[in-house]
Amino acid sequence: MSKISEQRLEEIKQLASEGKLASHPTAGITAHPQIQGRDPYYGLPALKPPVWTWEVPLYFFIGGISGVSACIAFAAQIFGADPALIRLLVWVGFVGALVCPALLIADLGRPARFLNMMRVFKWRSAMSMGAWILVAFSGAIATALAAVELPRWGFDGGLVTALRWLGGIGSTVTGLLLASYTAVLIGATAIPVWFKNRVVLPIHFLCSGLGSAAGICELAGFLIPATHLLGFFASGVETLLEAWFLLRRTKVNAPMHHGGLGVAFLISGMLEGPASLLLRIFLGATPAGRWAAALSFMTGALISRFCWIRAGKVSALDSRGQFEMQRRGEAVP
Amino acid sequence: MSTTAFLTDATLCIGCKACEVACKEWNDVPADGFQWSGLSYDNTEALGASTWRHVMFLEQPVVAGPQIAETNTPFRWTFLSDVCKHCANSGCLEGCPTGSIVRTELGGIYVQPDVCNGCGYCVVSCPFGVIDKRPTDGRAFKCTFCYDRQKVGLKPACATACPTTSIQFGLLSELAPRAEARVVELKERGYTDAQVYNPTGTTVGGINAISVILGEPENYNLPPAPEVPTAYLKSAWTSALISATVLFGAICAAFALQ
Repeated sequence: MSKISEQRLEEIKQLASEGKLASHPTAGITAHPQIQGRDPYYGLPALKPPVWTWEVPLYFFIGGISGVSACIAFAAQIFGADPALIRLLVWVGFVGALVCPALLIADLGRPARFLNMMRVFKWRSAMSMGAWILVAFSGAIATALAAVELPRWGFDGGLVTALRWLGGIGSTVTGLLLASYTAVLIGATAIPVWFKNRVVLPIHFLCSGLGSAAGICELAGFLIPATHLLGFFASGVETLLEAWFLLRRTKVNAPMHHGGLGVAFLISGMLEGPASLLLRIFLGATPAGRWAAALSFMTGALISRFCWIRAGKVSALDSRGQFEMQRRGEAVP
Repeated sequence: MSTTAFLTDATLCIGCKACEVACKEWNDVPADGFQWSGLSYDNTEALGASTWRHVMFLEQPVVAGPQIAETNTPFRWTFLSDVCKHCANSGCLEGCPTGSIVRTELGGIYVQPDVCNGCGYCVVSCPFGVIDKRPTDGRAFKCTFCYDRQKVGLKPACATACPTTSIQFGLLSELAPRAEARVVELKERGYTDAQVYNPTGTTVGGINAISVILGEPENYNLPPAPEVPTAYLKSAWTSALISATVLFGAICAAFALQ
């Protein structure tokens, strides 16, 4: 009840009596947003942003480590590497296979209905394929784990050898699919930044899984040449990918280059790529240097998964960019 | 082409929102908030989990073409009731991992609420931004094409309530030529920017909810050349399989070199 508001009311009354307030539809309408040319509808989004929460990017990260770990375990088995290393890798794969479904179920709108994923088998649905890949991987890695643990309890022989090969081959194939299908899952959607990167994303996700799985081995004390080589390979490829993402400053990649998300993307790419690679080159001779390289890579890989989901949420809002790409004749949903 | 369809005509819409109200009431769709958008008379803004018909209010420059009605507004006011497109090749249906989303015998795309587990993949698979997850429920919802009404020979609620025949319901094989004829008629009457919106030339392969619009599709947030994301699965899977093979080779090499 201030004096000023009373004055303002009188002012409004005066304006109204002079016919200056809403007197005619044409009177005050100047600043209304008008839609012209090929403007989107008041700039509103034409796509729905992804509804996925933190469980999904964390699942991408853990699923990648878990799948590639199983694959490394099988290669280690073929080439007669340290059984303790194989045991660690199979356990990493198995624990991942326990955590992954929990994360996915937690993200469902109706968690009690998670078994509905098993109603159908749909080639055309990457989500359906993913659910079946995870189920198959769980079975295969459990078999591989049985083959690793049974001899320690005194059981051995032909059956365990059969289990070892069955579990090894099965968990390698399904593990590689588990670490890469998540890239197909987001790549084959209507979200422009995911869709346009659908060919690069599987390389990115697989190498992230590889470097992180090798990193876990190193952190657990397996500072052998093989894990060092895999670390080199993964961080080398990630360095190239980071250069690719940095140099390709296309409009569709804008969420990766601007604002806080752009900074997070840069940090994650640098940690996974150049930082990890340089640590291996210059400090790779020391355990501390390799641990630092492993931690740098894994931190980058984890942040990167969250960045990609976030980028999808930003990308969905840019209706103008989406329409312009379609008008230029680029195939994009 | 004997499936049922909507033809929504922007040049016949008066922006009364009867379709929005009828849809909400018939389908028992919950309220989804009440806020002023500041965007003409449109406070609905977009289709969503609890908005299955959405009336757009476009304020276009008068130079775009003559007014529909004799008014003295300094802009051309055009309205269009937007709805799920019930695509010939449907992104949400293809992406759904539970088989919850199906195509009915009438040609519409229907989400079975008793099967959906709320995974959210349809949300990112729709190139039209139609379907969404309802936060209060957890499942995904969109226009049912009034499957229940159609089953007993009734028109969808929105088409029944529309007072101006802006929303027409019938067989796609009849409505598609009617839309073309309407555009010819409109162009003769001076509405040179009239056109039919029905993306048949892309992987979507046509839609079962076509529109007659004034101006560009973009103005109505209708993508000019939408694609079904699943049509591009092959390139992504190929990359994944080649990368995985190379990766396995690299892992074997690392142990062989050791």
